[in-house]
Amino acid sequence: MLTVIDPGILSTVQDHGRSGYRAFGMPLSGAMDRYAFTMANILAGNPRNAAVVEMTMRGARFRFSARVYVAICGAEMQAQLDGARIPNWSALYVAPGSELAFRCAVTGCRSYVAFRGGIDVPEIMGSRSTFLRAHLGGYEGRALKSGDVLSIAPSECSRSSRTELPSSLVPAYESDLQLRAMLGPQNDHFTDEGMLTFLNSPYVVSTRHDRMGYLLEGPAIAHGSGPDIVSDALCPGSVQVPGSGMPIIMASDCQTTGGYAKIATVIGPDLPKVAQMKAGDRVRFTICTDREAVAALIAEQACYEDAHRRLSHVID
Amino acid sequence: MKPIRILEAGEQGLVVEFGDEIDPVVNARVHRLAGTLMAQMPTRILEVVPTYRSLMIYFDPAVISWQALQQRVAELLESPEPAGVNETRRTITIPVCYGGEFGPDLEFVARHNGITAQEVIALHSSLPYLVYMLGFMPGFPYLGGLPERIAAPRLAVPRVKIAAGSVGIAARQTGIYPVESPGGWQLIGRTPVTIFRPLAPSPFLFAAGDYLQFAPISEDEYISIREQVDSGTYAPLMTVSARGENRAHSH
Repeated sequence: MLTVIDPGILSTVQDHGRSGYRAFGMPLSGAMDRYAFTMANILAGNPRNAAVVEMTMRGARFRFSARVYVAICGAEMQAQLDGARIPNWSALYVAPGSELAFRCAVTGCRSYVAFRGGIDVPEIMGSRSTFLRAHLGGYEGRALKSGDVLSIAPSECSRSSRTELPSSLVPAYESDLQLRAMLGPQNDHFTDEGMLTFLNSPYVVSTRHDRMGYLLEGPAIAHGSGPDIVSDALCPGSVQVPGSGMPIIMASDCQTTGGYAKIATVIGPDLPKVAQMKAGDRVRFTICTDREAVAALIAEQACYEDAHRRLSHVID
Repeated sequence: MKPIRILEAGEQGLVVEFGDEIDPVVNARVHRLAGTLMAQMPTRILEVVPTYRSLMIYFDPAVISWQALQQRVAELLESPEPAGVNETRRTITIPVCYGGEFGPDLEFVARHNGITAQEVIALHSSLPYLVYMLGFMPGFPYLGGLPERIAAPRLAVPRVKIAAGSVGIAARQTGIYPVESPGGWQLIGRTPVTIFRPLAPSPFLFAAGDYLQFAPISEDEYISIREQVDSGTYAPLMTVSARGENRAHSH
């Protein structure tokens, strides 16, 4: 059990999302940065889909009333346990009465706290993820508030020591990003010039970004046959270009359908980079083939397997 | 009819595009492929999302490659349409209490079209609407075929809070708000039926491809049905007919 003393800017309970209902208009939701989320669960010795807290920009403060094994991954939010700094991408025991506090993100945007056993909130439509717009899932369908008490599912844990993720598996969060994207599905809605603009221009992350998507600013991308399409499906990573010509990268809470032409789709393995972008960061898009995207997906999985193997000696 | 196109939407999405128009025949082909895929390879794809004119297929490339999936889809599209799949159509009756506090814009829609409120109600509930797709928010139906004589523009200033169950009109569309939310549609009534119940085993009352038939009810009937809904004893009228029957009503 733990109590939220200060929720930070936006902290929600998330797992890997609510799949299977997108045909009914239900967004996927789930952790924005699936890499940091998965590593947090591996470090905590959890199943990979256990529910965690996702914190945004400025982290939360928790007080524990039981001994809990806790893992921290993602944006560097300068975590402190009872006033002493503890490293990011690591896991450790927290004693009853202790306070775990996070500050502002100095790199990246989102940080994840996993608790051994996982956060025990009801599963709604197969997921514990919070979907704020429908007030559904997670902790009472809302962001965490001061005074909330989180239950941790009971779990055996015989780990004795601090554990750190091998540094080779820790990503760097940069302010200049390259995002790999596959063209389509509506790349034929853009002129050749529009496509060159998209691929050759730097875009800046605007202040308008949230769990639904990121509006970027930069040279306008020219449409050939207009920005509007008869609505079809959207997914996290879809790059929509409305009439303004400014691209929007869709994210975890994006609606399931949309009416703007999509020039490209950021590949899944690069979505964790998107999740860590902040206003002012610079983005360039590079074309990626299906084959390269699948290779990146396999490489991502290999990182999880590697982490699991290298940490297994400390897992009971 | 336009040639079918198979498009890429990232490494885990394949789009089968049947056309680029809002048309019940195109939409029926989308739902037919969705039904066939879910029946034939339920474990090899993650989920499908039917839209007005295309089908999004989400898959895991570790389970099936893009090439193999594209091949399979192409074969299904070439083979004669299998009998029994999606050959029936479900029509769900949605009771609506029109006007008053539930439908504050009913009078505007009437004035805008130069008809009476009664005529708006009669026209709105005169034919079943095809659920082309669900989107925008969980359970929100995109309904086609609204009579032109009751079309109305969106509100200039959207409302901050619209009650769940509100029935609205925007241009030539009509729909139901599944959850309380902001919105800019002209509200003409409200249904006492809960169309989205996240905790129920089947959270959604209808699916894309179904038809909805609105039926006017009085305020007393609204209250009585609402009580049945709250106590879990209400089941909306649902009829199943062979596809093709009532085709005259489909648009």
